[in-house]
Amino acid sequence: MTTEIQSKNTQIQKYVDLLKNPEKGPKKKRALARLITFIENGGPEAAKEIIPQLYPLTGKAHIIGITGAPGSGKSTLTSEISNHYLEQGLTVSVIAVDPTSPFTGGAILGDRIRMKKNFTNPNFFIRSMANRGQLGGLAMATKDVIHIIDAYGSDIIIVETVGVGQSEIDIFKSAHTTLVITPPGLGDEIQAIKAGLMEITDIFVVNKMDRDGADKRVAELETMLDFGENIQIENDYSQAKVVRCDGWRPPVIKTNGLTGENVPILLENIHRHFIFLEETGFKKKRLQFRYKHYIIEILKYFLVKNVEEIVFSNEKINEFIEKLLAYEQGSDPYTISEAILEVFLNRYFS
Amino acid sequence: MDRKIRLIVAKPGLDGHDRGAKVISRGLRDAGFEVIYTGLHQTPEDIVQSVIQEDPDALLLSILSGAHPVLLPEIMKQLKANEIDDILVLGGGIIPEEDFPALKEVGVEAVFGPGTKIQEIADFIRANLKR
Ligand SMILES: Nc1nc2c(ncn2[C@@H]2O[C@H](COP(=O)(O)OP(=O)(O)OP(=O)(O)O)[C@@H](O)[C@H]2O)c(=O)[nH]1
Ligand SMILES: [Mg+2]
Repeated sequence: MTTEIQSKNTQIQKYVDLLKNPEKGPKKKRALARLITFIENGGPEAAKEIIPQLYPLTGKAHIIGITGAPGSGKSTLTSEISNHYLEQGLTVSVIAVDPTSPFTGGAILGDRIRMKKNFTNPNFFIRSMANRGQLGGLAMATKDVIHIIDAYGSDIIIVETVGVGQSEIDIFKSAHTTLVITPPGLGDEIQAIKAGLMEITDIFVVNKMDRDGADKRVAELETMLDFGENIQIENDYSQAKVVRCDGWRPPVIKTNGLTGENVPILLENIHRHFIFLEETGFKKKRLQFRYKHYIIEILKYFLVKNVEEIVFSNEKINEFIEKLLAYEQGSDPYTISEAILEVFLNRYFS
Repeated sequence: MDRKIRLIVAKPGLDGHDRGAKVISRGLRDAGFEVIYTGLHQTPEDIVQSVIQEDPDALLLSILSGAHPVLLPEIMKQLKANEIDDILVLGGGIIPEEDFPALKEVGVEAVFGPGTKIQEIADFIRANLKR
């Protein structure tokens, strides 16, 4: 181990110890922030030093995902929702993810502006993250960060991401309750309720109810949900396609993020959803599904990282390589790779 | 690949103009930085909390109101009180040159006046990171 890694790990240890301290305060908050930085910069290599130590403290937070088009009011609503929980004496943390510019690699993270009210509340924490354009990588970092915040001791964790590309699916894989924000007047109706969104949404929020077309948007969503109820959705939680829970029809709720109108109704529904998950056993099923994905991401990372090393340094691989050079039926690179994979999997899973 | 550098652009005080701060934020984004923009009217407490939570590499305080001789030392004091000593603190906006030494004294490492090229700020940050 190089001294650089050693000193990094000593630092990590210092902050992990601070985080484990049950007493809250600015120092603990700073430790939380610093650990998130380690994950952001160090990825799975840092996470594997941190998560194993904190994991037993996790599993307590209610994780709420909020997604929707740019400017739909996610941050404004997140702030309103946070206020209500904070008033109840709960601890709230927000992870706000914004896109990285594919051209410059930079990002503007502006979600904090809308959460000003709570900056200095000791029970509130908000962290802005750029998605850094990592394919799948952000999903993994987000899961790691959620776990660290959960260990820190946050009753509610809200994850805000812009609904582009894969990000809604990613958020669904991390949250207990996923809110999709679709304000009226975004023009493109199809885009607003794009394919796949019905399956991952637990609650639809028609924000900006003060604008024309809010009731129309609600009606559209209800109609789509009516159709959806007749479609058989496969409830196989071992598969990525899964999702909706039988017996839960996503409510459609109009809100005004600026005045806070209807936010209490939204909160009631979030609560109702959480109770539903617990009472029906769907919470466990979803967790199993989510941890499978978490594991897959971790495995992918470490497999890719290790595969070269194994192929180049393991003696046994040479037997397989020998076969390749025979140019016979069944000695092609694909068949050989499959055989190697089989050896690995047998060694670990039989 | 170089590590991504995160910075906070904050506007302490009561002046109501953030055009300059926004231009700088965008410019630094285009220079490859991750810029956390916190909006107008930030109190020193707000700024220190943002620093604690966002854990940036640098803090750029843009100030036009003339209140820098009070606000910047206060922010530095509160950062110190929270044992935050490994972020680079910079000033910007309208700050007369004769005030630079006093600000440097309290830990504001550089002050960039209007018309400073973004590239200059970007280079300075990259060259003076504290961790
Ligand atoms: N009229 C109206 N405007 C709203 C409402 N909620 C939010 N806004 C405004 O919509 C704009 C965008 O709000 P944000 O909360 O920043 O939206 P966002 O979805 O977080 O935006 P991004 O993070 O940039 O994708 C702001 O100017 C808000 O003030 C609402 O209910 N009605
Ligand atoms: Mg936002």
